[in-house]
Amino acid sequence: MSEIHIDHVSRWFHNVVAVNDVSMTIGPGVTGLLGPNGAGKSTLIAMMSGFLAPSTGTVTLDGEPLWRNEQVYKKVGLVPEREALYDYLTGRQFVVAMAELHGLADPGSAAQRALSVIEMTEAQDRPISTYSKGMRQRVKMASALVHDPTVLLLDEPFNGMDPRQRIHLMDLLRGMGAEGRTVLFSSHILEEVEQVARQIEVVVSGRHAASGDFGAIRRLMTDRPNRFVLRTADDRLLASVLMGDSSVRGARLRSEGGIEVEASDFGRFSQVLPRLAREHGVRLHEVTPTDESLESVFAYLVAT
Amino acid sequence: MISRTVVRLGARSIFGRWRGVLLFVLPVVLVGLAALVRGLAGEDTDATEHVLYGLGLVVVVPLVALLATSGLLAAEIDDGAIAYLLAKPVSRYTIVASKLVVALVCVVAFGAAPMLVAGFVLLPSSPSVAVGFAVAGLLGGTAYCAIFAWLSVLTRHAVVFGLVYLLIWEGLLGGLLDGIRWLSVTRWSAEVVDQIADLELVDDLPITYAIVALVVVMVGGVWLTGRRLQAFNLTGDE
Repeated sequence: MSEIHIDHVSRWFHNVVAVNDVSMTIGPGVTGLLGPNGAGKSTLIAMMSGFLAPSTGTVTLDGEPLWRNEQVYKKVGLVPEREALYDYLTGRQFVVAMAELHGLADPGSAAQRALSVIEMTEAQDRPISTYSKGMRQRVKMASALVHDPTVLLLDEPFNGMDPRQRIHLMDLLRGMGAEGRTVLFSSHILEEVEQVARQIEVVVSGRHAASGDFGAIRRLMTDRPNRFVLRTADDRLLASVLMGDSSVRGARLRSEGGIEVEASDFGRFSQVLPRLAREHGVRLHEVTPTDESLESVFAYLVAT
Repeated sequence: MISRTVVRLGARSIFGRWRGVLLFVLPVVLVGLAALVRGLAGEDTDATEHVLYGLGLVVVVPLVALLATSGLLAAEIDDGAIAYLLAKPVSRYTIVASKLVVALVCVVAFGAAPMLVAGFVLLPSSPSVAVGFAVAGLLGGTAYCAIFAWLSVLTRHAVVFGLVYLLIWEGLLGGLLDGIRWLSVTRWSAEVVDQIADLELVDDLPITYAIVALVVVMVGGVWLTGRRLQAFNLTGDE
């Protein structure tokens, strides 16, 4: 059982702050690191894997520092985001070499075991240069698993995988989490994270925006105020009617026509809106959500 | 201290890319030119010096060192594949030293050995010249490898900086300003030739200084490279 402890960590590059005073503990089980692109997920994983020093704060694995400490790699398996591999080797040669570098007693059979876990035995004797993106991802996975690590860190592991490979990797991660390993992976897709992770840590703009199980995160994300632009036959009438309902927090007539509505309860609002429009004989021409993007969801989380 | 796995991967990475071809071209040019000069000028000490010093020690040996070392380190650092070597419970000094073993083999095979051959082709009557240039090629090449290893971990443009350093410092300024001999790998190795073959390629440079300077650069380069690799930053695409 291993635990990564991040304590008041900040990291800046020149005058750009990539990670801003983040504290979290990653324990056994699967943890999803969720955030939009550029949120600082890779920076956090780099610090958790000993490939970046925090500017301030500490990152430790079971009390030991990760920075300038090669011995931690006995416990840690890392799947980097970047694609580059040793293209001139076959998959098997590569994984065997990784096993040798770990000083394993029987590198050949350790490599074989790792390759069969990720279902790469068929293509293992082909050069890596001929592999598809998904196959490369799996070979990276095998190289990270070959020494049976207690901690597995994966940076955007589902990128480039087809649905079948995705499901297989999800099963694999779930299984490893259930065995009591500490598994952390990053993603910018909520659906991906909530299918696998027991615990979700959300980072936005370098800050730790939310933390909890997927139910809590999902509620945070759907219960936020939603903004819509409505184009109707009678804007003023509908706006005044909507303001009378508890699911609406504000309604504003736009100078260029249409109503801007802020709904506090998305579920209720979606039922109330058509009903009220029908009751008052106002025809709805258009209902457009204005902030559905994940970025705006994250932005909301940061603001609260 | 040396990892056989890193050596094996390194050797395959050198010959798995276009750099490998260039490494073969350089010694072919050197020996070819030596044969040509011998055919045209006969056994001529001045011509021999010009070929072995001007082309061999100043151009071929540093370029072999630059190609081998940057192929072993700079390329992997640039594309991030080095992370797979570094995320292992292996000392980073071991990784540097193992990669430099491969570079050293390249220096022997494509630098020092061709110098020996070219020397015997040009001046078979005095083998000490061939031996002198071969030893100098080995020592100078090793020192260059250490310098270029450090450059590889220091900057993403190691090849460019390496070439600029070779052309401007070792080539242009080294030829113009006499004082550069105190700070020039090529001049130090030339002093080694002077000692072994009793020539006068560089004036007024104590052999002890040259040897100590070469060793300091070799050891210092490995140390600085390892230290830098210990603090290697791996950042994603974001």
